[in-house]
Formats: sequence, C-alpha cells, structure tokens
Amino acid sequence: MRIIRIIACCIGIASAYLVTADAQTPARQSGYQSMSAENKALQDDSSANPALFWLMDGQTLWKEVLGPKQKSCASCHGESAQSMKGVATHYPKVIIGKLQTLEGQINQCRAFNQGLPKFAYESKELLALTAFVATQSKGSPIAVDETAVNRVDLKKGHDWFYQRMGQLNLSCAQCHEERAGLKLGGSIIPQAHPTGYPIYRIEWQSLGSLERRLRNCMNGVRAQPFEYGSTEMAQLELFLMWRARGMPLETPAVRP
Amino acid sequence: MSKTSRTVITMPDKAKRGEIIEIRAIAQHDMETGFRYDQTGKRIPRDIIRNFTCSYGGVEVFKADFYPGVGANPMVIFTTIATESGTLQFEWTGDDGYEALNQAQITVT
Repeated sequence: MRIIRIIACCIGIASAYLVTADAQTPARQSGYQSMSAENKALQDDSSANPALFWLMDGQTLWKEVLGPKQKSCASCHGESAQSMKGVATHYPKVIIGKLQTLEGQINQCRAFNQGLPKFAYESKELLALTAFVATQSKGSPIAVDETAVNRVDLKKGHDWFYQRMGQLNLSCAQCHEERAGLKLGGSIIPQAHPTGYPIYRIEWQSLGSLERRLRNCMNGVRAQPFEYGSTEMAQLELFLMWRARGMPLETPAVRP
Repeated sequence: MSKTSRTVITMPDKAKRGEIIEIRAIAQHDMETGFRYDQTGKRIPRDIIRNFTCSYGGVEVFKADFYPGVGANPMVIFTTIATESGTLQFEWTGDDGYEALNQAQITVT
C-alpha cells in the first residue's frame, strides 16, 4: 500500500514538473510552422506532397488479399476512411499488456490475422501502410492520454526524454525544450512534436518513421541508438505523443 | 527499379480555348545516381529516368532530359496552351528498360 502511495507520489511530482515545463515554453508548435513557404506548400498540396506514392502503395496493400487465410486489411477493417479515422491519434497504445506503436500493431495484425511474415522496420511496405492508416486521421487532434495502463511506460518515456546520453552527454530536452527555436548549424531546432509521422524528410529523400528520426538524433549525440521496434523506442514515442496531445495530426508531413 | 512504376498527372480537365494550363507530371522512381556505394563498398549502378515527353493530340509540346542530379520521384511542372479537346500523352523512359506511360483528357470550349 505504502509502495503504491510512493509511486503515485512520484508520478504526481513528474506530472507537476511536466506542467511547469510546458508552461515555460511560450506555445507548442509543430515543426510545420518553422518551415519555409516552399516546404509548407509541398506539404499542403496533396498532388505535390512527395509522400503521394507511399500513400498509393499503402492503399494497394490495404486491399491486397494475401496469405494462408486469404485476407486483406480491408476484409476485417472495411472502408479505411471510416474504420481508420482517428486510430493513429491513439498510438502508441497498450494492447494486451504490451506497448505497441502503429507500425508494431500493423505487423502484429499481419502476423496473427493474415498469417504473413512481418514487414521489416523502415521497409517501403511498412512505411506505406503506416502512412496510409495514419493519414486517415489527418486533422484529428492527437489523443494520447495518461491512463492506468500506460502510466508506467509514459513515465519511462519521460525519463528517456530527460536522460543525458552518448559521448556528447545530451538529453532530448536540452535541445528540443531548452533550446527549441534556436539554431543548430543552419537549422531551427524544432520542439519535437511528432505530429506528422511517417514524414517525408527532404534530407532523406524518402518517407521515414519517428523511430528513424529518433535514431538520427541519438546518432547525433554519439549514443547507442535504441533498436527499431524496441520497448524503449515505444516508450519514448508514447511520451512524445502525449506531450503533443491535442495538436492536429498532419500525416504525411514534409520536413527539411 | 522495376521496368515501370506509378505516375500521376495533375491538370485541369476543362479549359477555354487559348487558355494557359498548368500540368504536373510526377513519376515514382529511385533515381539512383550511380555515384553511391553500398555497405560492402560496391558501387550501385546508375538507374535513372532519362527522358520525359508530353504530346498533345499527337504533337510534342514538352520534352525534358533528366540527369543523375535529379532527385527521387521527379516532378515536372510546365504549361501549355489549350488548343483543342483531346488526349495528352506522357511518356517516361530510362535506364534498364524503364518505361512509363500515362494519359489525360482535356475538353476545350
């Protein structure tokens, strides 16, 4: 009983700290706001958005009847525009005791319900299907809340965000909270709100997941990056999505 | 890259005679430059789109050559004058027998 009270107390302190941290930053803003007019135009025009082909591939994959069970995503989920609307705003989510990212859940569904081998992380197929599912929630506010089931993972994610790591000994927060809006080299440091993943990143010349982006930063501070699909990664994603709760989803976003 | 791939054309389907219309043509292609090396140090052979042409009612109205400096999934935006109702044909050709074809209809009043 006492232990529970101590844990509850710790979480209380953590949330109180988060609230003050939020209050210090003037206003939350998506990376979209600090982009050039050209890049904004690229994201806004659905016929010019470079993620276009991934979305089309995703739609094909959604309808493709495959595997020993002869099922497609659509066989169970039906019309994507209705069944997948708002779904991506709730991920990462605890499903049967395990924290799942949207990518993880798509693979889980593929393995259990279609009886097919899982897609590799960052494969064109997984990115395409994730982007297709996520874009059905475009414009909906991110709806990751603190609940009894995700509390532990959220706390872990919070800790990862404030944990110094790597040879440069930097935490996510030191750049993306304390120095957000300032410059790193020639680029504006964004507030790190994952509002548009998977994103088309011009630097990559490709679509990429939030995990790829996070690994990018971890490499940058010379840390050992978390593995794709790992629990740590999901916890950090969960914290970031919770931190961006209420902000509209932009998938597929374009970033420089 | 496969022998063909998706392409998308964005243009108005109706126009007044003599009006300038904007056409966007995008093709899904990796545009591998031939200057990159894989993880084993082997050079990745060049695989790019070489030519793009647009013909309007059988007459060539736009043509472009692509080079290794052109990024993946190249998009070409150009304009033409709406002269008559008909078909616009778009054609991409490239390395390794790559060929893609797309068509769009326009009604000119």
